[in-house]
Amino acid sequence: MEIKKGGLKALEAVIVRFVGDSGDGMQLTGSQFSDTSAMFGNDIATFPNYPAEIRAPQGSLYGVSGFQVHIGSVEISTPGDNVDLLVAMNPAGLKTNLHSVHAGHTIIVDIDSFTRKNLEKALYDSNPLEDGSLNNYRVIEVSMTSLTKEALKEVKGLDNKTITRSKNMFALGMVYWMYSRSPSHTIEFFKKKFKSRPELIEANTKVLNAGFFYAETLELIPNAYTVAPAKMASGTYRIIMGNTATAWGFLAAAEKSGLELFLGSYPITPASDILHELAKHKHFGVKTFQAEDEIAGITSAIGAAFAGDLAITTTSGPGMALKGEALGLAMILELPLVVVNVQRGGPSTGLPTKTEQSDLLQAMYGRNGESPIIVIAASTPSNCFKYAYEAAKLALEHMTPVILLSDGYIANGSAPWKIQKVSEMPEIETRKKNKADVNSSWNPYDRDLANLVREWAIPGTPNLEHRLGGLEKDKSSGQVSYDPKNHEEMTRIRADKVKRVANYIPDLKIEFATKGKLLVVGWGGTYGTLYAAVKQLNNEGLKEIGLAHFNYLAPLPKNTKNILSGFNKIIVCELNMGQFASVLRNNFPSFHIVQYNKVQGLPFGNAELVEVFNTEIS
Amino acid sequence: MASIEKKKYSFKDFASNQEVRWCPGCDDYVILRAMQMALPQMEINKEDVVFISGIGCSSRFPYYMDTYGMHGIHGRAPAIASGVKLANPKLSVWVITGDGDSLAIGGNHFIHVLRRNLDLNIILFNNEIYGLTKGQFSPTSLVGQKTKSSPYGNTQPPFHPGELALGAQARFFARIGGNTPKDMTQLFIEAEKFKGTSLIEVLQNCPIFNDGCFTKYTDKSVREDKQLFAVHGEPMVFGKEKNKGLILKGLQLEVVTIGKNGISEKDILIHNAKEKDPTLHQMLVRLEYPLVTGIIRSYEDVIFEDRDAQLTDKVKANSSFSKTDDLFYSGETYEV
Repeated sequence: MEIKKGGLKALEAVIVRFVGDSGDGMQLTGSQFSDTSAMFGNDIATFPNYPAEIRAPQGSLYGVSGFQVHIGSVEISTPGDNVDLLVAMNPAGLKTNLHSVHAGHTIIVDIDSFTRKNLEKALYDSNPLEDGSLNNYRVIEVSMTSLTKEALKEVKGLDNKTITRSKNMFALGMVYWMYSRSPSHTIEFFKKKFKSRPELIEANTKVLNAGFFYAETLELIPNAYTVAPAKMASGTYRIIMGNTATAWGFLAAAEKSGLELFLGSYPITPASDILHELAKHKHFGVKTFQAEDEIAGITSAIGAAFAGDLAITTTSGPGMALKGEALGLAMILELPLVVVNVQRGGPSTGLPTKTEQSDLLQAMYGRNGESPIIVIAASTPSNCFKYAYEAAKLALEHMTPVILLSDGYIANGSAPWKIQKVSEMPEIETRKKNKADVNSSWNPYDRDLANLVREWAIPGTPNLEHRLGGLEKDKSSGQVSYDPKNHEEMTRIRADKVKRVANYIPDLKIEFATKGKLLVVGWGGTYGTLYAAVKQLNNEGLKEIGLAHFNYLAPLPKNTKNILSGFNKIIVCELNMGQFASVLRNNFPSFHIVQYNKVQGLPFGNAELVEVFNTEIS
Repeated sequence: MASIEKKKYSFKDFASNQEVRWCPGCDDYVILRAMQMALPQMEINKEDVVFISGIGCSSRFPYYMDTYGMHGIHGRAPAIASGVKLANPKLSVWVITGDGDSLAIGGNHFIHVLRRNLDLNIILFNNEIYGLTKGQFSPTSLVGQKTKSSPYGNTQPPFHPGELALGAQARFFARIGGNTPKDMTQLFIEAEKFKGTSLIEVLQNCPIFNDGCFTKYTDKSVREDKQLFAVHGEPMVFGKEKNKGLILKGLQLEVVTIGKNGISEKDILIHNAKEKDPTLHQMLVRLEYPLVTGIIRSYEDVIFEDRDAQLTDKVKANSSFSKTDDLFYSGETYEV
């Protein structure tokens, strides 16, 4: 298919949001648009936002599902706040998303869905398409449902429902034309997805093309836009979702360490996709064990770790709470284990499909007794790969559980990932003891004096038979001990062991100003939004603002104090009530630390951050 | 394993250097010794044996065995053991648990481990009481039983472990008195041979908090008259004279005397532990007179790890991926 070239308006970046009923296929539409744009060479960031109900009542305000895509010829670090183009498949979608469209920007609506019934369900008193309330926007009214039906009248073997449901592809076709994207990538996608249903390949292709041609030929859209490819480091890329990247990081770590990968897990939103992804990879010998509950998820992983596998368990906040006791066991056993918490809105069941960062203190302290463990966090969809790998490496090299924090925002978001070959990844040296020494006795809690790490003797190895347990053990023999002084000593040793991990992790990086008036501090999934806001202020001439974003939370990087000391004021921005701020105040009481917090189940917006930083700096 | 020669052991090789700390007179000592006697008779090497326990008096067991072992957390031993077995199916993995550990706090893991049927062995020390927390009623305590937490008598009806296990699709269930070490040793050997999850309930006397709870069945003076030791393929007879037996009358088991009312030995039920249908096994585990001991059910079925391994082989054979790089570069990639 020819793409119209020349005379197109060039844009640096564009934000498109598709909204409709949760059954309208908005997630698929959005991800196809982002994939196609990435293949074209754009940098991208995506933000799926969907209700907890699988199929919420049609047309209802709370059943609206959305997918936002930010594409750019420049570096893109967030899905963005306000959209250039809103595609609303029904009145409820329009109503709940209009606030994100600036005056003058474009809205495409399916007017067939603006029936009295749907308007009532969206709690509209009058039809917004007729009452003048949209006068400040460029509204493109399209009879999408009827046009879709028309396009499909000659395709045989389709029921009414299938026909109506493919209208999302009409919308996608229109958007492809507007931004000069070829539909060919999506057509290839249909061919794979509907391999055994040729009628669906034909139907979806027809509707997609119909939308594309409609936008082109009926001249409803005055001018189209183009977004040039972005400048990115050269290499082979693919689009990856955060949860997939996490799963792949573990695959790479298993291959590199020469261990088999074991996942014990219980399904929970928004972490289940890691289980789904790893369940596909039996060809690598991956063992996924869907357990009877969260506790069996982690305890089966502890068993697998004892027996020599790279053992992981995946969950979200409520499941993390259930795993607490077992995590304490893994900690006192000093076995390698990775626990992934893809955080969601809490407390309790909270907001299962929305994002939050409120499990940090749970990760650090949510166990009985003195039980420090390593806590790290991924900060972008694609670096979930790197930090999953790092979590496995730290667990195996330091013989301790490691918590990897992700969140719903980066877990479901997608971004370009520069593919990393396993041969290019850092080495992983396990502490496996493969053979008993001939002339010296061995105790399971003998330690390496530099990092206090014990050795890992696996059942099946002759002459290294030993017992581990949750009871306190003697520091030299490893046998059960109730000795008061020994308990305190062991408590200190276990804490010191985790503290010394600071010697093996990279320094904290500082971006933009290295000293000055305001240091913006964040951790985990907020990196993109914080980076974009600080960058904007720097571009606008505010040079005395820096950004320090943490991936290593316990222990903290060794240069943390140095970095913090370069600024008059530190603002810690988190999607919680100030958990990391309290950690920093605890560790560095002399600094002036303020905080900016949001707990709405949503990521930070760019505009709000810019405003906050401007206020704090003046 | 086939290539490795089976080493020779005596029971002493399986005793760890730890002082055993159970109360004097506890049946746990009998179980420990029976296990140490049984292991040298099994076709396994010491380094391949793993004991996993939960919490409770019984769960101290792994500390006393000179094998690999883990003293886990309350109720979770079946899940830990499942992880061990899936990581290395060659290991001989034993779960040591009690009535509180497996039927109260660990009830969920107990039923699911039986349903899945991994090749594990579970020894349930049933003493109908909480011992380590000093004398509260357990899920197997009797109605009316006076304990520290039921000073006026227990009001919760008990689980019968066998009944619960068979309901959860247990393929192997055996029961044995805590004072019969020879039979117990033999049962442990049979449990190890059985491919699938084997559950052995030991009627274990707690001399401190529930002394004599099984005496009416297990005391030497009454044992032969009150217990029927079931053997696959043999008639189900009991009694000092071996003249009592079971017949099936309608939907009920009935105790009859051979030589009376025209009953001869050929009328007695033959025990079929290998029958797939557990109906008769359910009746046997519920029977109070005689109490049926021995291997009540031993039905060989596909084990979880075999089904999983076959599936893995099939997926591997049909996959074009051998290294993770193959996956990373598969599908849609693009050059920048």
